[in-house]
Amino acid sequence: MIENIRFAKEHEWIVIKEGIAIMGISDFAQRQLGDIVSIELPKVGSIFRYMQSIAIIDSVKASSDVYCAMSGEVVEVNEELLEHPEWINQSPYELGWIVKLKPSNMEEFNNLMTNEQYNKFIGEIE
Amino acid sequence: MKTPFHDIHKSFGAKMLNFHGWEMPLHYSSGIINEHLNTRTNVSLFDVSHMGRFEVKGTDAYDSLQTLVTNDVSKLDNNMALYSPICYDNGRIIDDLIIYMINREKFLIVVNASNREKDLEWIIKHSKSATIVEDISDKIALLALQGPLAQNLLEKAAIVDVNLTQLKPFHFILTNIFGIECIISRTGYTGEDGFELFFDSSKIDIWNKLVHLGSTFNIKPAGLGARDTLRLEAGLMLYGNDMDENTTPLEVPLKWTVKFEKEDFIGKKALTTQQINRKLVGFEVIEKRVARHGNEVLLNSQKVGFVTSGSFSPTLKKSIGFCFVPTYVLPNQLIEINIGGKLYKAKVLSSTRFYKRK
Repeated sequence: MIENIRFAKEHEWIVIKEGIAIMGISDFAQRQLGDIVSIELPKVGSIFRYMQSIAIIDSVKASSDVYCAMSGEVVEVNEELLEHPEWINQSPYELGWIVKLKPSNMEEFNNLMTNEQYNKFIGEIE
Repeated sequence: MKTPFHDIHKSFGAKMLNFHGWEMPLHYSSGIINEHLNTRTNVSLFDVSHMGRFEVKGTDAYDSLQTLVTNDVSKLDNNMALYSPICYDNGRIIDDLIIYMINREKFLIVVNASNREKDLEWIIKHSKSATIVEDISDKIALLALQGPLAQNLLEKAAIVDVNLTQLKPFHFILTNIFGIECIISRTGYTGEDGFELFFDSSKIDIWNKLVHLGSTFNIKPAGLGARDTLRLEAGLMLYGNDMDENTTPLEVPLKWTVKFEKEDFIGKKALTTQQINRKLVGFEVIEKRVARHGNEVLLNSQKVGFVTSGSFSPTLKKSIGFCFVPTYVLPNQLIEINIGGKLYKAKVLSSTRFYKRK
């Protein structure tokens, strides 16, 4: 597992790299969604608060909001996902990253779940 | 409720869902898209034992069915099947079903799982006095083997005295498979060549035998998720989504199943005089969002209809579906669909059929 990865209760993950928060959805989330066929990404430069809907994923069976796990400004989106939405299923922590944010409040990172806490959390759901 | 194959699905890694009270496989470990594509390329095995199966017998069974359904039962001969809606007096659809004629006094009817009780009650109530209707759903298992390699697979399965090449679509035979009595019909719900197998519900090992024999043909079990994307691509409707008790066969592409030249059938009068204001059409969304049942359809900012079925087409790699629109809407016209509160452009197509097999 990636070091220093944290999880939000809506199953997004965050990794901080050189002051930028990289965000995606967890392996658990992609398995629940099934085959992902499209994603609607936010615009670069737009600002999101914690828990605001930041992207919409369509899988074959359902549509799902992706929630912003750390407040901030979108500095980059993974445009490759427009052609390859299945990367979110196949590589949720690497090729399937969704957005990069410049966090407005680094403290929010500490409020997210650690890998162990998240595993316990999903253990209780399943 | 569980079909005879319930535990087998779990052993194949199925993700289950509750489908009208039935615990059924949504998909297996391959996922919906792989199962869909495998059906179009190789062969898939579906458990469809949740569907209702009735036996309709008696000296006037033929007359009973001819009155009950809109399509013409006289087109049937022994060992042939007929698709038809079954309607109320007001022409609204109770269900769509397939009638298999074993002989003039013995028929097998297959109905949607969601309508089993409703259909049984209606058919019993409106059958003539010498007709006996029996629900045999629990006695008989039903599997669907679908895909271009389905015949190749069945030919290996020790079927007695049968040349499958001569079995035409909507025809069936009573035979043996792996030594077990079985009805094999050339029917299906995927738009591919394929077969449906009816046999004693205790003989669940037929599943394992087919999977084992099918490995050279890349057989995969496929769930209800792929069943839905396959039928949508093929232009086949689903009761509950595309038609319900508010729909007549004339509003959806089922006009061909209503035989007005028949002397009489339940719903004939209402259908003869119906004013048709809406029609079911196929659409493709221009962006990549997937439309879903219930999404509003707008034309010039006015709500004019709604989506009845929407999904992603793995073959076309597009978001497709069926929707109701006013009868004046033309092919290639652009509509807007409200998905999750935002409007997305879609194009009305000239057909509800998105895919045709080679």
